[in-house]
Amino acid sequence: MIIKVLGSGCANCQNLERNTREALAQTGLEATIEKVTDYPAIMRYNIMRTPALVIDEKVVVKGRVPTVAAIAELLTAATS
Amino acid sequence: MRVLERIPTSTRGQVLALAGAGSAWVGAYWVNGWLWDWVLHDVAGLDPQARLTEALRFFLYDTVKIALLLVGIIFVITVLRSYMSIERTRAMLGGKREGVGNVLAAGLGVITPFCSCSAVPAFIGFVAAGVPIGVTLSFLIASPMVNEIAIGLLLTLFGWKVTAIYVASGVLIAIVAGWVLGRIGAQRWVEPFVFQTTLGGEVIDSTAALTFAERIQMGAEEVVTILRKIWPYLLVGIGLGAVVHGWVPTDFFTSYAGAGNAFGVLVAVAMGIPLYSNAAGIMPLVQTLYDKGLPMGTLLAFMMAVVALSLPEMILLRRVLRPQLLGAYAGVVGVGIVAVGYLFNALLA
Repeated sequence: MIIKVLGSGCANCQNLERNTREALAQTGLEATIEKVTDYPAIMRYNIMRTPALVIDEKVVVKGRVPTVAAIAELLTAATS
Repeated sequence: MRVLERIPTSTRGQVLALAGAGSAWVGAYWVNGWLWDWVLHDVAGLDPQARLTEALRFFLYDTVKIALLLVGIIFVITVLRSYMSIERTRAMLGGKREGVGNVLAAGLGVITPFCSCSAVPAFIGFVAAGVPIGVTLSFLIASPMVNEIAIGLLLTLFGWKVTAIYVASGVLIAIVAGWVLGRIGAQRWVEPFVFQTTLGGEVIDSTAALTFAERIQMGAEEVVTILRKIWPYLLVGIGLGAVVHGWVPTDFFTSYAGAGNAFGVLVAVAMGIPLYSNAAGIMPLVQTLYDKGLPMGTLLAFMMAVVALSLPEMILLRRVLRPQLLGAYAGVVGVGIVAVGYLFNALLA
């Protein structure tokens, strides 16, 4: 599983990355986390609100920071 | 934070839960009115006439009152706004010409859920989808300037007339500023990579398929997020308000920035631009200054300058806009705010 955190280094982008890492640790899933901070690269996902979370090239979260539990749900949904 | 697990799944349960929360809110708001008189005068035995007691009462009462108002306003607005999304706004603006587009963009800027921290992706997303630069700028100007929290607070503190003036003038500034910037050829000063950006992937409208329970959850989360972010501004703003309320004589401000002073609005805007706060933090101070006799036009101009022109947003926008356009943007918006200040000082006098 490849997870991308989209956002240009804002505080919420760091919160999203931290929550995602925690959710990964909780669920015990294996994934690589990439940070995408370059605007043209971010816009390739056609989002207009940062931060955003992309799991295997699919945008699952944009413009907010979900709780660890909510991200864990998204992660398990993506693997099944 | 995890309200969702506690939100009842039945419609009846949800209505009851909302009614319960609403009654608790009304009760707390009502109790706040006499609670501090009782605590300060009866329990602590402070002299009700003393300046320190008055300032302290102002601080405690206003902190609780503004916090309660914010909780209610943010919750209701977030739930309502969850039916709108920036993707829908962009789709509505696509293919609109300047003029009509500016008017529509400014109006949508007021109701679309949007944080100026996302100004850059929104700018690229609009422009790359073919929305004209001037129309995009109308949206970006209206969005922070006509702030939904400010609308809610103005409505409760000053009534509908001042609120209507605030909304109408903010929208007008956004329309005119965006149109002027489009006319003077703003696209020359946009960083070229914006035009080369291709939007990939499908557009996902994140808010279309939400259940009502999820919208309530979003509202509750937003209340926590915003209060956590703005409480320092809020306390500083109310603290300043308390000091002004208790110690600054009424004629101090009126003699320097009152209706009689021709430069009052200019001074207020010049002071407001470098100040970085938000509508919620500035409102207690605005209320105190109004009580001290400052004219409403000057105060609206001050508030707009604080929330609409901020250095952090300028630094963000520098990624996509050249300095010339940033300067023109600040200039046009600043002139608009000053004009609104003088206009309403004249109209409301």
